[in-house]
Amino acid sequence: MNEGIRYSKKIMDLFLHPKNVGELKDADGVGKVGSAVCGDVMVIYIKVAEQAGKKIIMDTKFKTFGCAAAIASSSMLTEMVKGKTLEEAEKLTWKDIEKALDGLPLVKTHCAVLAIDALKAAIKDYKQKLKGEKE
Amino acid sequence: MRRIYLDNAATTHVAKEVLEAMMPYFSEKFGNASSLHSFGRETRDAVENSREKISKKLNAKEHKIIFTSGGTEANNLALKGVAFANREKGKHIITTKIEHDCVLNACKWLEKNGFEVTYLNVDKEGFIDLNELENAIRNDTIIVSIMHANNEIGTIADLKAVGEICKAKGVYFHSDTCQSFCKVPIDLKSFPVDLLTINAHKIYGPKGVGALVIGEGVKIDPLLHGGGHELGLRSGTENVPGIVGFAKAIDVIKEKDIEHMKRLSDKLIEGFSAIEESWLNGPKGDKRLCNNVNFTFRFIEGESLLLYLDSKGIAASTGSACSTRAVEPSHVLTAIGLSAADAHGSLRFSVGKDNTEDEIKYVIDVVKESVESLRKISPLTKK
Repeated sequence: MNEGIRYSKKIMDLFLHPKNVGELKDADGVGKVGSAVCGDVMVIYIKVAEQAGKKIIMDTKFKTFGCAAAIASSSMLTEMVKGKTLEEAEKLTWKDIEKALDGLPLVKTHCAVLAIDALKAAIKDYKQKLKGEKE
Repeated sequence: MRRIYLDNAATTHVAKEVLEAMMPYFSEKFGNASSLHSFGRETRDAVENSREKISKKLNAKEHKIIFTSGGTEANNLALKGVAFANREKGKHIITTKIEHDCVLNACKWLEKNGFEVTYLNVDKEGFIDLNELENAIRNDTIIVSIMHANNEIGTIADLKAVGEICKAKGVYFHSDTCQSFCKVPIDLKSFPVDLLTINAHKIYGPKGVGALVIGEGVKIDPLLHGGGHELGLRSGTENVPGIVGFAKAIDVIKEKDIEHMKRLSDKLIEGFSAIEESWLNGPKGDKRLCNNVNFTFRFIEGESLLLYLDSKGIAASTGSACSTRAVEPSHVLTAIGLSAADAHGSLRFSVGKDNTEDEIKYVIDVVKESVESLRKISPLTKK
């Protein structure tokens, strides 16, 4: 722990001025991961629409309790998936977030992992809801 | 940008007069204090005069002052040194759950080496129960180590009462006084303390120097073996500029500075108390260290608040430690009964003698705004 933590400028910018903060009242999928006990809770909201036979993430929002890296990771994730198809979004990994943030300190990589988990949970939630509607 | 330093419990700046006192001992008076020639004699005199001055400050005529590289080394020397020198008497050590990591980790290491350690509980303000202490002392107990003022929440333990119990039971009493030294009176003539840790960089002295004050007749082994410096208890060429700076630093904090720090701390406490779902950790009043303010701001995480404040030029501290998988909540805050989530949302502000009322007003405003901004991002906020 005593090595100290240095964040990239990108992380600090996003942390201090996060994008897509909030909730989507009419979200098609919601993913909540982490626990307050461990110091990180992330909630990702997605709005999905079909265009030319493809399911596209039209809007995303997030709310995060956590450190600067957790907030920046969730903000970056919402920016990265907006306008992507579900298939494209599902291919994202924590490494993509890490890269987009110009790197994460080693002890903070779990924040990017958590953001991906939150997205996966939101997509799963969307798919389950869709299945429920069809049945 | 305006910069406001409120992390004086982590370290202080070196006071101008301290630096001036140290300067001649780098290039001009550089002799090894163990050398017999005039170069050595002048630094030996400086070391011994410093020792004498610190001894007077503590009213510790009967004690030895052993200079070390700081508080961590002095605490390690006290615990490991006494434990190993008294193995024939027993293998039991008593400490508390809210000690500094250097005490707790030294104890954990001793546990791996055949010693048994009892970690005393504390109440919601950070005080131990004296009856619990008394009952914990066994026939094979060698040493009790209880800090004077807690570094995270500022709780001041009753050294005299603890010392008297230890004396009556015939066990050594060690106290880490790194946070309280020069802020709370310590008189070794009336406090029965066998071993006392002090250091310089919390009192406007240099980093890298501290001391273990050892009572007469205490059986203790050294950690560092070598040329037999410091009565054989801490070999290694003396850090003469550091020791001279340490002795100079003990005069820096005046009574009026203590009152000033107390006033500023109370203002911070009052200002932060107006923030919803927030509270002060540790006691109020004169059982609290004059410069410590530890606050929980629920629903937000401490590191993010710290960095938010940092972006506005304000320096504070969290007690949490980040590990690879999760953030470990402060062991002190969890010991006083905070949930892990609330412990994560806590910050320590430690004022210094040079902070101003104007700075404190600015800090209160910025903290209010920052807590509000972060709560907007937090999914835990009740709304």
